Amino acid sequence: MAKPSKKLVLKRIFKQLKNYKLLIAATIFFAFVSVAGNLLAPIFVGQIIDLFIAGQQVQLDKVFEKFAAIGVTVGITCAAQWLTSVINNHITFHVVKDIRESAFAHLQKLPLKFIDAHSYGDIVGRAIADVDAFADGLLMGFTQLFTGVLTIIGVLGIMFAMNWIIALIVFVLTPLSLFVAKFIASKTFSLFRKTSEIRGEQTAFIDEMIGNLKVVQAFGHEDENLEKFDEINERLTKASLKSIFYSSLTNPATRFVNAVVYAAVALAGALMLVFAVPLPIVFTVGKLSNLLSYANQYTKPFNEISGVVTELQNAVACAGRIYEIIDEQPQTPDAENATVLGKVKGDIEFKNVSFSYDEDKKLIEGLNITAKAGQRIAIVGPTGCGKTTLINLLMRFYDLDGGQITVDGNDVLSVTRKSLRKNYGMVLQDTWLKSGTVFENIAMGKPSATREEVEEAAQAAHAHNFIMQMPDGYDTVIAEDGGNLSQGQKQLLCIARIMLCLPPMLILDEATSSIDTRTEQKIQEAFARLMDGRTSFVVAHRLSTVREADLILVMKGGNIIEQGTHDELLAKQGFYANLYNSQFAI
Amino acid sequence: MRKLLKYLKHYKVQSVLAPLFKLLEASFELFVPMVVSAIINEIDAGNGSTSYIVYACLILVALGVVGLISAVAAQYFAAKAAVGFSKELRHDLFDKMQSLSYSEIDNLGTGKMITRMTSDVNQVQSGVNLVLRLFMRSPFIVFGAMIMAFLIDSFAGGVFAIAIAVLCVVVFGIMLISIPLYKKVQGNLDKVTVATRETLTGARVLRAFCKEEDEISSYNRKNAELTKSQRFVGKVSALMNPLTYAIINAAIIALMYVGVIKFNSGSLDRGQVVALYNYMSQILIELIKLANLIITVTKSFACAGRITEILDMQPSLKKGEAGARASGSFIEFKNVSVNYGNAPHNALDGINFTVERGQTVGIIGGTGAGKTTLINMLPHFYDAKEGEVLIDGVNVNAIGDVELREKCGIVPQRAVLFKGTVRENMQWGSNTATDGEILSAIETAQASDVIASKDGGLDEVVEQGGKNFSGGQRQRLTIARALVKKPEILILDDSASALDYATDARLRQSLKKLDYNPTVFIVSQRTSSIRHADKIIVLDGGRMVGSGTHEELLKDCEIYREIHFSQFEKEGA
Repeated sequence: MAKPSKKLVLKRIFKQLKNYKLLIAATIFFAFVSVAGNLLAPIFVGQIIDLFIAGQQVQLDKVFEKFAAIGVTVGITCAAQWLTSVINNHITFHVVKDIRESAFAHLQKLPLKFIDAHSYGDIVGRAIADVDAFADGLLMGFTQLFTGVLTIIGVLGIMFAMNWIIALIVFVLTPLSLFVAKFIASKTFSLFRKTSEIRGEQTAFIDEMIGNLKVVQAFGHEDENLEKFDEINERLTKASLKSIFYSSLTNPATRFVNAVVYAAVALAGALMLVFAVPLPIVFTVGKLSNLLSYANQYTKPFNEISGVVTELQNAVACAGRIYEIIDEQPQTPDAENATVLGKVKGDIEFKNVSFSYDEDKKLIEGLNITAKAGQRIAIVGPTGCGKTTLINLLMRFYDLDGGQITVDGNDVLSVTRKSLRKNYGMVLQDTWLKSGTVFENIAMGKPSATREEVEEAAQAAHAHNFIMQMPDGYDTVIAEDGGNLSQGQKQLLCIARIMLCLPPMLILDEATSSIDTRTEQKIQEAFARLMDGRTSFVVAHRLSTVREADLILVMKGGNIIEQGTHDELLAKQGFYANLYNSQFAI
Repeated sequence: MRKLLKYLKHYKVQSVLAPLFKLLEASFELFVPMVVSAIINEIDAGNGSTSYIVYACLILVALGVVGLISAVAAQYFAAKAAVGFSKELRHDLFDKMQSLSYSEIDNLGTGKMITRMTSDVNQVQSGVNLVLRLFMRSPFIVFGAMIMAFLIDSFAGGVFAIAIAVLCVVVFGIMLISIPLYKKVQGNLDKVTVATRETLTGARVLRAFCKEEDEISSYNRKNAELTKSQRFVGKVSALMNPLTYAIINAAIIALMYVGVIKFNSGSLDRGQVVALYNYMSQILIELIKLANLIITVTKSFACAGRITEILDMQPSLKKGEAGARASGSFIEFKNVSVNYGNAPHNALDGINFTVERGQTVGIIGGTGAGKTTLINMLPHFYDAKEGEVLIDGVNVNAIGDVELREKCGIVPQRAVLFKGTVRENMQWGSNTATDGEILSAIETAQASDVIASKDGGLDEVVEQGGKNFSGGQRQRLTIARALVKKPEILILDDSASALDYATDARLRQSLKKLDYNPTVFIVSQRTSSIRHADKIIVLDGGRMVGSGTHEELLKDCEIYREIHFSQFEKEGA
């Protein structure tokens, strides 16, 4: 995955926000109102303070006037504050929703090549945790950046109106705070990135070792693991200490700058009052009190903005990781003029096909296969001979490097993937079930199926009995990835799944490898009925199950080395004959 | 949470110093309004002296400097303690998880364990960090300001007390309402996470069934649900700021009223009124910080609870007393029954058999017959509910688990390789294995061609989960890994299922030739893999329905016959 530059990421974030123009305008307006109210209220307090004149009585009616003014201002401010955060929430959560949706939709389009090559944990982390971190950063940024900037401008304006000399002092000194914050933020960005990299490494390690804890224990590898874990842990600790400490310096540092500004305002103000400097402005103790609290208010947003900056840094880093996924090259789209393949007869042809997973390592070259409709094609060969690759190509999970595969004479590239795959029924050795009920899992290929149809399919797959032994029968919820079903039971459910949709072409990859042979024999009868009239590719190690195939493809090292029927191949006395005889060799 | 406090043990000094320095910083902040009040009174006195004012302002700067130093120190100590805390916690947690027995692993599920190790620990870490930094500071400022107010004037102090009480009700009320809502958000987020992971793990099947669009719409529903719950809780917590702002301003009005009355009666001066006003402003900021802190801390507590649950787990495996060493067979199962949890049916029921050293034992039976359970009893991965498993006459629960597992070489059903090189994977069997020993194990496991086909040989990198090797290649390498150990007992749990017959046959022949002559257990579903075993045990629904040689079983055991003839036609046998 290519790392996009920070600038590009920012651009993308802004683009993402484009749809929310009106809401953003509204939030800016309300932020403006609430900031104005925020600034106005203390002025009234200052005016009250100016009513306190040593040796005189304060007039209560004047004070009550000011109280009323404060009340109205605060009321409006409260309403505006609430609206600002509600609108900001709306924007943030919807942006997150949009991003997650597009990331998820993109996952559906990514080539299997990408999915096979990346750790699931990493991708899930980006789509979930990173999006959340991005949201948090954005939320804080949204709410605080606007009000912060507005407060700074507003306060500066008021201060200039009250006493331009003091305002000037504040104006000159405060950017120090900004400078300090920026310095810290730029230092911490890379620290955060490093921390999250090491954390990723640790998560992957935990994923691997805790995920396979049984093997770890079987080999007594706990101590070595702990050692390795401690090593990563040590690095993570060092990196987190740095990133946490340096990023937490922002607040104290800017707070210190504030303290200095505050002192300067107090000094200048007090001296002006004591010496009654002849200025063309009216200056009072109430105004000094105002100025002091404004000096605080003026610098506070700088603090917050710097906090926001750290948060946004993190958010941008996360956004970058998300966009890496979203920008990942999707699988080649269906050709523009791709036709929808109807229900096929099932003639399949490989013409001079070449393919490899790795450009540097040639795998399949010049492969030709002709499978006629309704034929049963068995694929046999030693482990790792490329049988799974053949399935990847049939299903168009991977694209060819050269040559052509046709179905009923149509180049598979000229039809939509969807219509091609609808014509196949696939049962893989690695069974996979979705979290959901047994019913939903069987009905995966045909969601409109009735209960009767599903039960019929389950019966054909000899899964009905054990399903009925489960607590809620067909409505039993299966946990993620099959939960506590045995491998064999999962396989039976996968078989029931295709028994229900009955597509014209079948791919059975070791479909019964985990099912005991007695049950298997019963399923075979069902399979035999199923395969009748359907083109089927059967991968199996049990030669007895492929003996009746119309065509046997013997694969080795990625290529087909022999083709023919069982008898032909035996007569040939070649690789297949060898393989077959070894069954009884000992 | 209390149980986790011990992880701060090594960071006692830091954990005390961090809040202490924060406290210091806070107290300096509380002086500021006093100094300002003094300046104002100096002005009001009419004959203000410049040096007094300059001194006062220098004191303000000095307070800032001391505040900065204390704050930096506090941040450092807090970060150090929090990071150290989580380091030790993670270490212990990882260690603990590794020590859990198979039953606990089954019950917990690895997904949960991984979450505990990662996000839960992180959450607790930031909780500790925040607590050390703010837990002392915020209440100190809030109550410090109130006390200062009382010192100035008891009426004004009363206004502070009421304001703080009302603020607390509002702030904590909103929190109490929103915390369960946040839990709901978390639940919805979990659903979205599961959906994301599933779409990756099931990519092939989902695409084969053209479920991409259904997946997207089902995901979007879950995602929308999440957004909805987030927005709702967002609306509630958005009340926090406006309400507190309104309360503080109401309090300021009250304060000013008290100020005016007291000023008129001559018991307060202007500087004091300004000081009161400044203290009131300080409270708000700290109270909000405190509320945020409490949210984080509540989350951390929940996570800490879940972590403690795991740390408190006692490995359920029983330790037995080594009794008198009964002479007899190398391995003996005496009336062994096994039950996972409280299932109505035993997974194994009254199993009896003996095995001599160097024998090969085949275990066969249908899906769910108890084959894997049986072999898992040898390395004492589970406890027997009844009966005993004896090795050399000693109950396996009396042999130390480390010593026992040292004897056993296990090839699990699911062929798992780990990230690293092939050599590193092989050395799981024995740390000290030389390349020669590894290569010979690989040859025995019929995996030489796997190594030969990879450019790197033993240095070939294995990706996470062994993804760059095919299922069959992985399986043979896991067999080699167990052989590197040169185990006394070799256990192959249906390990040849992805191997073709020829390879399987060659594997069995080469196992026979091993010079250290291990006792071999072969679990299989095909009779061809075990027909030459010295003893075959036939399992059905957890019971032993036959034992003997292939020929004997063909004669006596109906189920074995059925299994065999389902694989070979009668004349073939």
